[in-house]
Amino acid sequence: MTPKIQLIGVKKRFGSKVVLDGVDLTIEPRSSLVIIGGSGTGKSVTIKSILGIIRPDEGTILVDGEDITHINGAVRDKVMKKFGMLFQGGALFDSLPVWENVAFGLIQGRGMARARARDIAMEKLAKVGLIAEVGDLFPVELSGGMQKRVGLARAIAADPEIIFFDEPTTGLDPIMGDIINDLIVSTVKDVGATALSITHDMASARKISDRIAILYGGKIIWQGPTGDVDRSGNPYVDQFIHGRAEGPIKMAVKA
Amino acid sequence: MKPFAPIGRSTMTLLAHIGRLSVFTGTALAAIVAPPIYWRLIGQQIMRIGYYSLPVVGLTAFFTGGALALQIYLGGNRYGAEAIVPQIVVLGITRELGPVIAGLMVAGRVAAAIAAEIGTMKVTEQIDALTTLATNPIKYLVVPRLIAAVLCMPVLVGIADSIGVFGGYVVATQSLGFSGGIYLKNTVDFATQQDIVSGLIKAAAFGFIIALMGCYNGFNSKGGAQGVGNATTAAVVSSSILILAANYLLTTLLFSK
Repeated sequence: MTPKIQLIGVKKRFGSKVVLDGVDLTIEPRSSLVIIGGSGTGKSVTIKSILGIIRPDEGTILVDGEDITHINGAVRDKVMKKFGMLFQGGALFDSLPVWENVAFGLIQGRGMARARARDIAMEKLAKVGLIAEVGDLFPVELSGGMQKRVGLARAIAADPEIIFFDEPTTGLDPIMGDIINDLIVSTVKDVGATALSITHDMASARKISDRIAILYGGKIIWQGPTGDVDRSGNPYVDQFIHGRAEGPIKMAVKA
Repeated sequence: MKPFAPIGRSTMTLLAHIGRLSVFTGTALAAIVAPPIYWRLIGQQIMRIGYYSLPVVGLTAFFTGGALALQIYLGGNRYGAEAIVPQIVVLGITRELGPVIAGLMVAGRVAAAIAAEIGTMKVTEQIDALTTLATNPIKYLVVPRLIAAVLCMPVLVGIADSIGVFGGYVVATQSLGFSGGIYLKNTVDFATQQDIVSGLIKAAAFGFIIALMGCYNGFNSKGGAQGVGNATTAAVVSSSILILAANYLLTTLLFSK
């Protein structure tokens, strides 16, 4: 079976700082992989490389077996239609009402009529537990948790094949965090999508993933089924999942 | 220690900026001709860039025309040439002051607003979000602003020309003792089509500069609130300087005989 997403030897440096130093990663269709790792280890860069927002210096990125590392313009836009993404801060368009945010990919990306896109947007808002009235509000009028829900509705609006979640629970209270986790699990299953998430919240990672990969020093140092993460026998993994200050991982205090 | 290092470093930075700006301009121009065209957004930007700039541009043009009339009268007085006020006012306003004053005012208003808006979108990942929604950010954000600014500036300058001349007329007739009829006749007889058209061509070029510098600085803003602030300042300063430089260049081109 062709993997949904495959990264082969992806490298990226900013100036003299090497962020990704040969990342190899394979994500099977309809699976949910979570990449965990400390702040500044390149989790976001990994996701942004796949999305083409950042161009890797070396390596290859395949989606459905197709090399997308160097594509641009209309070809890139076409591949992007397979993706949905929930951004860490929501990244909602503050100039547009909530329903237009959710319908954005349908109207702009796919040229759907506004009235029909609005109906779909309302349906997706209901799916993430928001009432129809919210659709006519603007993003600034919403709480953080509601913004995350709208972001999730926008990510799934066009029924994407692949959904990325960037720190889905960061900045939320534990209860809202768990509600978002549940929504992620149910929506990903509903849509039948492949999911890739990045987080440093272990509770969230355990809940939403089938597999876990740990990024450290610009490389994937361990990956395996979520159930195996507690008996990896890898001191790096143990230190991270238990959140110990002491251990083989040295946090860079200075960037 | 190394006296030439700072010079070299700033030269490299400048060249890098010019390179990035050229690539950005090329990408934006290519995106103008590529479908789809976002009519709705172009309309919105025409309102924001053109319509809402009318009060600012009108007021500044009025006072500039008035001050110009007064200065020419006082200066001309030394040679007994004060009757030339209407001719010089219309020449000065249509060729130079109309486009330049409107350009600088719109640069302050619009380039700043564009840079702040796009800069904020950049630092809150809204631009990345556009990409993930299969929408080209250059096409969606830059192209409508460029088109709207290039279309609106000539109209704004046409209005600024009229109001500027009117400002001169008011000062000349109310406090300098000119007869209204003769002032208007001298204005109309003296002004040529080239005076007005050259100003409108400049206006279109200034519109392009304003939207381009607003977008470019917004797209390249880094960090948080401070980064957006820096981008806004850079957008206003760079577009103002480029407008004045382009004004000289265009004057040379349009009036070289």
